[in-house]
Amino acid sequence: MTDLIAQRSSAPISELDRGRVHVRVPGSRRRGRGPRQSPLWAVLFIGPTAIGLLVFYLWPTIRTFTMSFTETGPFGGSTFVGLANYVRLFQDPELVGALVNTAEYTIIALVGIPIAIAIAALLNTTGLKGRGAYRTLYFIPVVTMPAAIALVWRMIYNGDYGILNQFLHLFGIEGKSWLTDPATALVAIAIVGIWAGLGTNIVIFLAGLQGIPDTILEAADLDGAGPVRKFFSITIPLLSPSIFFVSVVSVIGALQVFDLVYMMLGKSNPAIPDTRTIVYLFYEAGFIDNQRGYAAAIAFLLLIIILVLTVIQFRLQKKWVHYE
Amino acid sequence: MSELSLDTRAVTSATAERSVPVARRTRSHWVVHTVLIAGAAVMIFPFVWQTLTAFKTFTQSVAVPPVIIPQPWVWTNFAEVFASMPFGQMFLNSVLLTIGRTVGQVALCTMAGYGFARIRFRGRNLVFVLFLSVLMVPSQLYLLPQYEIMQNLGWLNSLQALIVPGIFSAFGTFLMRQFFMSMPVELEEAARIDGANPWQTFWRVMLPLAKPGIIALVVFTVLWSWNDLLWPLVVTTDPEKMPLSVGLSQLVGLHSTNYPVLMAGALLATLPMLVTFMFLQKQFIQGIAFSGSKG
Repeated sequence: MTDLIAQRSSAPISELDRGRVHVRVPGSRRRGRGPRQSPLWAVLFIGPTAIGLLVFYLWPTIRTFTMSFTETGPFGGSTFVGLANYVRLFQDPELVGALVNTAEYTIIALVGIPIAIAIAALLNTTGLKGRGAYRTLYFIPVVTMPAAIALVWRMIYNGDYGILNQFLHLFGIEGKSWLTDPATALVAIAIVGIWAGLGTNIVIFLAGLQGIPDTILEAADLDGAGPVRKFFSITIPLLSPSIFFVSVVSVIGALQVFDLVYMMLGKSNPAIPDTRTIVYLFYEAGFIDNQRGYAAAIAFLLLIIILVLTVIQFRLQKKWVHYE
Repeated sequence: MSELSLDTRAVTSATAERSVPVARRTRSHWVVHTVLIAGAAVMIFPFVWQTLTAFKTFTQSVAVPPVIIPQPWVWTNFAEVFASMPFGQMFLNSVLLTIGRTVGQVALCTMAGYGFARIRFRGRNLVFVLFLSVLMVPSQLYLLPQYEIMQNLGWLNSLQALIVPGIFSAFGTFLMRQFFMSMPVELEEAARIDGANPWQTFWRVMLPLAKPGIIALVVFTVLWSWNDLLWPLVVTTDPEKMPLSVGLSQLVGLHSTNYPVLMAGALLATLPMLVTFMFLQKQFIQGIAFSGSKG
């Protein structure tokens, strides 16, 4: 700050004379708008990131698009094949499977939202002690490496000596090999996905709940609304912006699930056809089978699915999200 | 709601509730605590089990009925992790990758975010829309060409490959822009009137005030960098160049069902982040809550 004061005395008066420094009445201008600067400043501030995003993200996106119309030759190089990759994609029985699996995973993952709301609401109980400790415990899976999470759960789910089956045995329930049984593998992985992401959603919902003014709930008290009525008629509508945010982010995340599936299944799992998600299919095509063009087509299909589902969510938002 | 307010019984019951709040509260708090403790047990059980297993012998780890407490506690599993892969080097790679991406992102995203929030220039909206479009594209879409770029640069199996693409972030720029937009313009105007140029204003006035936003960005970058799997899996094949996340997936290949060794490896890979979290809990949780409130 002293530097600034020092500069004040040496501020170039000539600039003021030339009208390059605009002195205006504070608050007369809209927020976020500075005086027009030399474009060089914009280049200095935004240029590095803009170039990086262009080189590593925007251009590669376009490149993937063109790549999806080519086929990789056995010795590298690629030939233009038109829409062949897309035609092949829509005839690929594995794609149908991957789409169904991804959809199933996404739907199960959404169950995490009401669970997170319920826990956040409990944590928000007036005068509850130990809120910080609970929040920490629920948050621990969020900071844990997905690869490590996958390993622990593989052990827990193991059919022969996994602790889950031994626990179920206490209640006379016969367990199974959860991760190799095609009927249960995807659900088992999705449960881990919910468990791993719960902490993030609880924190977001808790912040949302704490933003609800007490006065509204007190007014409802006076009007004789019970806790259940208050929850559904006041809390949920006022929380709807947070719910909307979490559901958009959850759907996008679930559509791109890879780490958990890759690490939990292992390479020779008989349940792979029933758990292979779109990104798994993409990884196999692009980096194991070395079919870049085909993988690029899969990635594009994923982009379109994400865009369509996100647009639908934004459209539906008008029906249920209340902004103050 | 207005019809209900005329109901005198309801008003009385609400008043009654207020007159005996303590007793009711304590009773309902017991129920709340029970549910929350049960939930917390489910949340941390896998970590408890992981830790216990890391100290068991193989036989104990697969025993039916289960051996809960290791007897005796064995430490050789940890030695086994170090013997089967260059664990120390992988750890270092993870640390360098995380620091490199975080420092790079904070530097670049605060600058770009400030630029979008406070510097007016022709085409600003168009450039911003381009940034936002990067935000919407799933990472799989640029993975293959990014890999090709790395291949052409001769960067495969290098630290640069792990760090460089990760320092440019549309998300971070957006986060910081939102943050700078919410800060009062008056301070900056004062600095400008005092003769500071935009860089001085940014560096001396805005950056020190942007701490909460920067912490949120650091939290996200550190978490994503340490835990990232797909990109490192693609660009590193040499164990000496892999970060821990990929190292763990290699460990699975080597000891497919030797759970005590796998758990020892998983424990070692997650511990640094858990310790960081324990020290910086408040910042982590506020950072995540901050992102939610921006949605």
